[in-house]
Amino acid sequence: MIKKIGLAIVAPVVAFTFAVGVAVLALLAVGVNPIEAFGLMWDFASTPTSVASIINRSVPLYVAAVAVAIGFQMKLFNIGVEGQYLVAALFAGWVGGSIVLWAPFHVLVVVLVAAGVGALWAGVAGLLKVTRGVNEVVATIMLNFIGFSVIGFFLGNFFSVDSGALNQSTPPLPPSAQIPGLNWIFTLFGFAEPRGTELQGFVIIAILIGIGYHLLVWKTRFGFELRASGMNPGAARMAGVNPKKMILYTMLISGGIAGMVGLSTMLGKLHAFTQDFPRGLGFAGIAVALLGRNNAIGMALGALLFGFMERSALILDLNDIPKEVVQIIQGVVVLSVVIAYEVVARIVKNREIKTASDATQASTAGPQEVTA
Amino acid sequence: MNERQRVVELVDITKTFPGVLANDNAHLSVGLAEIHAVVGENGAGKSTLVKILYGMQTPDSGTVRVKGKDVHFRSPKDAIRSGIGMVHQHFMLADNLTVLENIILGAEPTRGIALDLRGARDKILSLCDQYGMKLDPDVLVEELSIGERQRIEIMKVLYRGATILILDEPTAVLVPQEVDDLFVSLRELQAEGVTIIFISHKLDEVLTISDAITVMRAGRTVASVKPGDITARDLAELMVGSDLPTPDTTVSTVTDVVELRIVGLTSLHTDGRVAIEDITFDIHRGEIVGIAGVEGNGQPQLVDTILGVRDAVAGALHLAGKDISGFDTKMRRDEGIGIIPEDRHRQGLLLDSPLWENAMLGHQSKKPFARGIWVDRTGARDITREIVERFDVRTPGVDVNAVALSGGNQQKLIVGKELILDPSVLIAAHPTRGIDVGAQAAVWEELRQARREGMAILLISADLEELIGLSDTLLVLFDGRIVAKLDPADVTPKTLGSHMTGVAVEEEAL
Repeated sequence: MIKKIGLAIVAPVVAFTFAVGVAVLALLAVGVNPIEAFGLMWDFASTPTSVASIINRSVPLYVAAVAVAIGFQMKLFNIGVEGQYLVAALFAGWVGGSIVLWAPFHVLVVVLVAAGVGALWAGVAGLLKVTRGVNEVVATIMLNFIGFSVIGFFLGNFFSVDSGALNQSTPPLPPSAQIPGLNWIFTLFGFAEPRGTELQGFVIIAILIGIGYHLLVWKTRFGFELRASGMNPGAARMAGVNPKKMILYTMLISGGIAGMVGLSTMLGKLHAFTQDFPRGLGFAGIAVALLGRNNAIGMALGALLFGFMERSALILDLNDIPKEVVQIIQGVVVLSVVIAYEVVARIVKNREIKTASDATQASTAGPQEVTA
Repeated sequence: MNERQRVVELVDITKTFPGVLANDNAHLSVGLAEIHAVVGENGAGKSTLVKILYGMQTPDSGTVRVKGKDVHFRSPKDAIRSGIGMVHQHFMLADNLTVLENIILGAEPTRGIALDLRGARDKILSLCDQYGMKLDPDVLVEELSIGERQRIEIMKVLYRGATILILDEPTAVLVPQEVDDLFVSLRELQAEGVTIIFISHKLDEVLTISDAITVMRAGRTVASVKPGDITARDLAELMVGSDLPTPDTTVSTVTDVVELRIVGLTSLHTDGRVAIEDITFDIHRGEIVGIAGVEGNGQPQLVDTILGVRDAVAGALHLAGKDISGFDTKMRRDEGIGIIPEDRHRQGLLLDSPLWENAMLGHQSKKPFARGIWVDRTGARDITREIVERFDVRTPGVDVNAVALSGGNQQKLIVGKELILDPSVLIAAHPTRGIDVGAQAAVWEELRQARREGMAILLISADLEELIGLSDTLLVLFDGRIVAKLDPADVTPKTLGSHMTGVAVEEEAL
């Protein structure tokens, strides 16, 4: 058991070391002292302001990763998290800015609308798969493009407060629909308060999503049926799991979580859905899910790593070091983690087979020795 | 008959996969220009043996000799270089290319850097001429019938210089007319000195075409015979084997309470053909009803339809008097139908999950595996430990993954997890296929025990001894219909075999 955990840690450590090695080579190639560059990144990223910023960046990545991971558990690839969260944020922003409600309920309504719209958007792909056999990868990619057009159409024609504005936006969310920041946590622990950045309160909801994901997949009957369908659809069918139902439910849940990806920014910072709303989080979430191996904690660490690298890229830029180095590390980390885990998994499997056959041999008088 | 020169010799081949002993000291010896059939049930190890010859698998031990020389193939490329070619059951052709393009694909002849299409066409036409095959090199493959496509596959192999041809169940995809054409082609090839290794489990075809037959069972070569010296029935007996410990029946425990009543059950293949038709029978408490039949006559479809994995288009199911026709698989399982599936890897196990999760499969909403919406990990592990102990599953613990167990122990786990919650009906499909003799005896004993305790059991098996020995009633499935109901007390493998091949029906009709 200890060996098993040990091996599980070896994989990411090897992968990360390898990625750093590649980064060192990249830095040397452009004539920068790697130790100096890493020192700069670390110094800059360890200030309270940077920590708040890193967490803020990692929260939507984490939520997106969870949305992707739940599909991965049954070998479904929801590549449409991108479209799902943008469409969901648009409608949630519009509804939130158009109604009046008491504080906690107003936030709740916005969250529910976002989750609902995300689920519906992904559900279309699920429905197409179970009724017409359309591959979910194709369907969700197409729905991304449809989603981008839907956003342009509704934002331009119906939802915008000022249709002549350069950056069109839904009606602003009133304070009752905003989630307050958490900068007081820094002062509580005796650190300086972040300046110019507010630690977004949505991080708490993201943590709850992570816990919920872990419980759902590993502790519930539904999660078991989900994993069983992913691992062996034939056996799952014999066990009474309806594959079509599972596909539909999985897509709905994945889309529902995807719908909440944009909320940390919308409820904590922008307070509206705008034309320049952050994009690309859904695709980055796929990389984080791969990096974290669909594990709730692993994905959190992966999201934080991505957040750290994005934040520290800023300081490299200021020091005339190409910030693309950071993107190289991000890419190499994901690739090498995937490879390292595959190798470790194979070692663990072989070892287990050997242990089991040794144990069997010891407890019997050679069952294979019966001659015909 | 003078002895032909040996061109292929496989000696003492052993090959294991996790949980499966695929080849166990298997032998194969093929003479020059011989049509040599390798027969055996699914899972008997035929495919593994020829894949070793074709370099797709490397044996754990044993010798491969081609034309008198020891060889160690690492990939099919090596085998092709030695003049061995294989035609797979599923064709690998590009529909939108011509016959010519398909044949040269991967072995393109060049003149300088240009494709030498004319040279290729000449070579193909001369090969067609030499072997008496009809092929138009310029038509698109998508316009061709299955039989013609198969001819292209054979030509592909000949084009690459093969003189030893391996055909993996070549007749499985053909209609009878095409089978005749294929056999004519094979005779022509043989006359030109090509050696053919022919895998099949269709015995009458094997007897028609082959010069020598190797019979495999449970990974071992059990006989090498000449078609003239043997009948289809003898061959069937060799394939299923009768030297295994006999599953003797003790006193009858059949009651007159009907547990499962099946009335007029009919279901279709996905392509709309009838899979099973108008199946009607009862299973009483304490009764084992055996289903005999040659593979491909509707057995898996019958199992799937009873379980609700496949929709019935007509008919009804009553479990203990209750109509369960409208129930889905989950409800039928919860109502008390257990299943030992035919293919434990594809339908029975989560190989990369711990044993306790495997035990949960099919019971995932029942106590002690679940509590409300939650998985009851403690309860599941406790009852899995009980299964491991009671059914003698040899494992270091219940947290190891199923892949680590041997085939026999995996099967004992499946049998155990189905029996532990006392289902009222158990469907056992090939419950002892591919497991060692000790595990087989253990599974038989468990089935007998369950029957004594009043379980209604449907037993599907290709092992005739097992069927006759365990069953209280025998039904013969032929072409999706039940064609005979027999009393196992006065039936022999021979008479059963004649019912299974439809011979008995014809004899009675005369």
